[in-house]
Amino acid sequence: MIALEARRSRRTERFALSMLRLAAGSVIFAMAALLFYLLFEGTKTFYVDKFPVWEFLFSPTFSVDDNHPGAAVFIVGTLSVTIFAIVIGGPFGIAVGIFLSEIAPHRMTQILKPAIEVMVGIPSVVYGWLGLTLLVPLIRTHTSSPSGFGLAAAGIVLAIMILPTVITLSEDAFRSLPPAIKEGSLALGATRWQTITRVLLPSASSGLAVALILGIARAIGETLAIQMVIGNATQFASGLFAPTAALTTEIVTDMPGATEGSLLEHALFSMALLLLLIAMVLIVCVRFALRKRA
Amino acid sequence: MKRNAALAALLLGFSVVATSTASFADTSISIAGSTALLPLVKDAAGAYQQAHSDVKISVSGGGSGTGINQVAAKAIDIGDSDITAPTHPELKDNRVAVIGFAIIINPSVTVKNLTKKQLQDIFTAKVTNWNQVGGSDQKIVVINRPRSSGTRAVFTKTIMSGEAVSESGLTEDATGTVVSVVKQTPGAISYAAFSGTHGQGVNEVSIDGVAPTDDNIISGKYPVWSYEHMFTYGPATGEISRFIAFIEGNAELVRKDGFILIRDMKVSETDR
Repeated sequence: MIALEARRSRRTERFALSMLRLAAGSVIFAMAALLFYLLFEGTKTFYVDKFPVWEFLFSPTFSVDDNHPGAAVFIVGTLSVTIFAIVIGGPFGIAVGIFLSEIAPHRMTQILKPAIEVMVGIPSVVYGWLGLTLLVPLIRTHTSSPSGFGLAAAGIVLAIMILPTVITLSEDAFRSLPPAIKEGSLALGATRWQTITRVLLPSASSGLAVALILGIARAIGETLAIQMVIGNATQFASGLFAPTAALTTEIVTDMPGATEGSLLEHALFSMALLLLLIAMVLIVCVRFALRKRA
Repeated sequence: MKRNAALAALLLGFSVVATSTASFADTSISIAGSTALLPLVKDAAGAYQQAHSDVKISVSGGGSGTGINQVAAKAIDIGDSDITAPTHPELKDNRVAVIGFAIIINPSVTVKNLTKKQLQDIFTAKVTNWNQVGGSDQKIVVINRPRSSGTRAVFTKTIMSGEAVSESGLTEDATGTVVSVVKQTPGAISYAAFSGTHGQGVNEVSIDGVAPTDDNIISGKYPVWSYEHMFTYGPATGEISRFIAFIEGNAELVRKDGFILIRDMKVSETDR
């Protein structure tokens, strides 16, 4: 009887372990397949269509009809909306993070935390929709921009969308600090503000860097919400309120009609590959920041 | 717990069997492509399914390029398009109707007529203010369709004489979106199929004094029109060919949705 039990539990054990291995293995397989597929398709622009990598990265002329898919406009577009978003959303998010971990009374945290979680759960199409119906008309009536679509609209929508990421991660960064350093600072007679700026902020800096980098990663990858408000014009934005396009928005705008095997399709795959590479670089940065802390 | 799981698996199995038998019993036709042709195909699919309860027709948009790609890849049965598909000789071109495209502007713009030359200047961004073409002092906001759009191809061919439109314009990816953005944006101009513009609160301008009406297209006076194509992989057969014939011959439906019957046309083109 006992022997039977033992054998059965051993079998369960083996089965469970092999299932876990299978799950982990398939994640690795999926990642590798994705990477190789994108590498394969995304480099066709360069070895099938013979378009130089250098021109793809730096030429501002995106004209598929002339066999010239320069992606500089989209790369600059992605970088500028991302910078816009992180400049607005970054400090704001960190400020809320400090507030939540150091200042807010328990009751308030209990209200704020679920509110922030809801912000994460709102689908990006809803953010885009709100941007389109509220923000774009607002910009149109209050600036010289005739349409309201453009960099600023996209940047503001993105800034709001990255807030939950930045807030949550920076709050964690502060909470994970040893309580002794805060208590020590206060005991030495520092005010709360002095403690925050001179002790807590510097000690949490690597955690805050991670918060900002993951915020940037979120901003770079966002597609639908900004496609609805950025204007999708293949040109460098001449100002904060001018329409432009980003890598993700260009892919989603032209992807449905890109014929299989066409230069347009290859160029869009190259942009997708570029986005993947950017994401990988950012993750490496996160690793680096975390190692520094440890 | 275990019993629940078994029950769930059983139910799942049943539903799979049920759906697979259902799809065996019926003929199903999948259609995607041009958003200009979409209203007509949708209405026709509804009417056809009412008359033939054993036929299931799924219709979606995506744009002319999508329609051609998908049918060429045999992913769908019919690919709707505003343009021909010269690079796909394996596709059979079934023309079902003619559609006109209107140049639409925001109601705040007072201009009622534009010459072909003025349109070319606006869409190549040589002219950027409405006061340069007879309107009041107001910036022109050009709105284009994506590169693969059939509507954009027709516009480029018939108005731009093949010259590329300026990339400085905004881009919106479906007929409906274009019309609503033009409606909301002061100074906006774009182009869209009659089926999406008539009675939608946007102004339709005349071109060289010719108003965008069906009669002017039939007589050949108004230049911006195209055949609507329903591509099939090889010649259409069975239920698919009957459905295509149903649309083409259905004068009431075609006219109601803002399209023109091919047999009514007094002019014809081979490359549209």
